[in-house]
Amino acid sequence: MPITAYLILAALVFVIGLFGVLTRRNAVGILLGIELMLNAVNINLAAFARFHADPTGLVFALFTIAITVAEVGLGLAIVIVIFRVRRTIDADHLSLLKG
Amino acid sequence: MTAETVGFWAVAVVLLASSLAVVITPNLFHAVLFLAVALVSTGGVFLLLDAPFLFGVQLLLYAGGVVTVMVFAIMLTERMVGERISQTSRYIVNGVLVSAAVLAAIVGFLVRRPGDALAPRTVPDTTVAIGGALVGRFAGPFELLAVLLVAALLGAIYLARTED
Repeated sequence: MPITAYLILAALVFVIGLFGVLTRRNAVGILLGIELMLNAVNINLAAFARFHADPTGLVFALFTIAITVAEVGLGLAIVIVIFRVRRTIDADHLSLLKG
Repeated sequence: MTAETVGFWAVAVVLLASSLAVVITPNLFHAVLFLAVALVSTGGVFLLLDAPFLFGVQLLLYAGGVVTVMVFAIMLTERMVGERISQTSRYIVNGVLVSAAVLAAIVGFLVRRPGDALAPRTVPDTTVAIGGALVGRFAGPFELLAVLLVAALLGAIYLARTED
């Protein structure tokens, strides 16, 4: 397969995740969309690493995965705190900082 | 049709279908399960790209860890609220418009990109190469990553602790 096939596959997954982030009401659902977007980026990194025969892309993908895990842990902790304080995780109702 | 082509199309179909299911399905539990399918099929893409180590990391961290934590968070918030979390999406049209525009921009760039003649070059063993890079050129960032992980996990524990 040419590299363009992998890049277009990653682009499709990325915009699907973007659609999820834009349309989900639930804060956890928004996090799921972000997961998909980060995952698509990893496909790009691995594809470029293979087609340039350079392991740097794989190392970057590894870093991305680790940072994503940290982000999910913090994000879900924030969701739980928000739920505890506001009794809802509907993103439409979380307008406390709105001026 | 080489084995890679067949594998690519099979994995691509599963990946795209499960990704769509993640953002469309009305039930949040089902969305997380479909996310697990999407993450595992992304691991399949890594296998196609000669990165078996990345496949293992993907399975352990994402499909094992992230999905478990997600399910846990959903159960926690759902039990406290006492009813199933409604998952009706909003702004469908706007979401489709923005996503289609971003996709058109990316694909337009890819099509106009010169030098599609890149042929896949085989590295002897990508796992050895990753290991060498992690303790060689990227030793500093790797240690910083460990600090970041510890800080993030401590922060998560601090945020989610009980109020007593």
